[in-house]
Amino acid sequence: MIGLDSVVFFLFAALSIFAALRVITARNPVHAALFLVLAFFSMAGIWMLLEAEFLAITLVLVYVGAVMVLFLFVVMMLDVNLERLREGFWRWFPVGGLVAALMVFEMITVLGDRAVATTGAQIAKHAADYSNTKELGRLIYTDYVYPFELAAVVLLVAIVAAIALTLRHRRVPKKQDPSKQVRVKRNDRVRLISMPSSKKVSAQPDAAKAD
Amino acid sequence: MELLQTLEQMGQDLLGPAWLPLWTLLKIVVIVAPIMGGVAYLTFIERKVLGYMQDRIGPNRVGYFGLLQPVADGLKLLMKELIIPSGSNKFLFVAAPVLALMPALAAWAVVPFADGMILSNANAGLLYILAMTSLGVYGIIIAGWASNSKYAFLGAIRSAAQIVSYELAMGFALVCVLLAAQSMNLGDIVRGQQNGYGMLGWYFIPLFPMFVVYFIAGVAETNRAPFDLAEDESVIVAGFHTEYSGMGFALFFLAEYANMILIAALTSVFFLGGWLPPLDIAPFNEIPGLFWMLAKMSFFLFLFLWFRATFPRYRYDQLMRLGWKVFIPLTLVWVVVVAAWMQTPFWLW
Repeated sequence: MIGLDSVVFFLFAALSIFAALRVITARNPVHAALFLVLAFFSMAGIWMLLEAEFLAITLVLVYVGAVMVLFLFVVMMLDVNLERLREGFWRWFPVGGLVAALMVFEMITVLGDRAVATTGAQIAKHAADYSNTKELGRLIYTDYVYPFELAAVVLLVAIVAAIALTLRHRRVPKKQDPSKQVRVKRNDRVRLISMPSSKKVSAQPDAAKAD
Repeated sequence: MELLQTLEQMGQDLLGPAWLPLWTLLKIVVIVAPIMGGVAYLTFIERKVLGYMQDRIGPNRVGYFGLLQPVADGLKLLMKELIIPSGSNKFLFVAAPVLALMPALAAWAVVPFADGMILSNANAGLLYILAMTSLGVYGIIIAGWASNSKYAFLGAIRSAAQIVSYELAMGFALVCVLLAAQSMNLGDIVRGQQNGYGMLGWYFIPLFPMFVVYFIAGVAETNRAPFDLAEDESVIVAGFHTEYSGMGFALFFLAEYANMILIAALTSVFFLGGWLPPLDIAPFNEIPGLFWMLAKMSFFLFLFLWFRATFPRYRYDQLMRLGWKVFIPLTLVWVVVVAAWMQTPFWLW
């Protein structure tokens, strides 16, 4: 008898495999990015089944809500030429295949034993008032504080590097000072001149010359 | 309440395991139907309020006092032809309005309307809200890209940059609420504001800057004036929905107004004590909580309309400056201030 949990799990698993495959096979890069969004969603569903609601919602919030939006932003603006991208596919296939095989091997050696050991075990169910978030926060800031801080420093370095790479100083800076803009008074910009609305025109001198 | 319980018991006995999905579906209908009605009449009230603020009368021809105007508008949009531009991506063009409306409705699952009146009493409610409000941008980006039109694409790009910027400020403002309430459950956040002194217990007092930032960022998230750069009609025709007609256009409208009502509800829950009465004394606390919740929501919705009638539209660089250089530093500092304040005996909330 397959329980509802298993049905939902296989549904999400099939969906994420399908979406992940379409990410690399879709011809249109925008479609590929949208399939990646679908893959994130189905993975979030699987995490939700594991009662990891904090991780599941954060995955949607960070990856789908922010990272993929920027991805789409870039992919839509670039004119990606697929034919040129696919040109050297078979030439580089052996290298790519080797890297892929290495990664699979690595994953199996790292996760394999543990994954096999826990398949039969039941994951402990928690009461409704159990807060996943609190527990995770406690672990991050006590037991795993050094790896966590290290990850934060790596991210900070990446942020600084990205800004340093893209920052260009213009020769003529077009900087605006909003407080200055706000302080502007009418008299700084507009000069009111009093002019008579009508003027007496002297007898046409030009007309006389033309004759 | 007792009537509801007997009804639930009866259904349980009658239908067994099929009852739970049916009962949930019923609850969803009870939440979504008034929202849709609210959206329809919000458009009407918007036109009336704007009218009176500009010394006009507003719609007054269809029905008594113009009350049937939204129905007429809805019918008109339903009857109109759906035009799909040539060279557009057909599937995504049709899917985009749906993607815009879906998260706007899904977020209501964790919003409490009164004590216990909530669809899903989720512990991570606040995170869920943040996740759902950040998804609304997909409908807009996809609409802009799939239309195969320059104006629509410009609108989509503007909207994406705007929403990503303001989401950060919104998130940090909510971190302050989270600190104060020590919970991410929206019901518990409201209960945390109940201290017997009425409105003195609400979080808008200790978190006043966050209250202002959250609401302004909410106006920016929903692409409403003065932050409606995504549909800047004086510059890019109608922005991301330039190519949409009929029901597709109507769905974008529904999404925008449903998001406005959502932001109004969330601001009331986080900062103005949700269903709690302003004074915890006899005539006020006799009135059901739903009334107070709706009154607070109406106040914020009126602010949305008032903003639209009053403020000129931001220039794009001013918009980005406000988000990145004003709101994000302000919220970051206030998170530290609140966290430090809570360690002192002067924290009274």
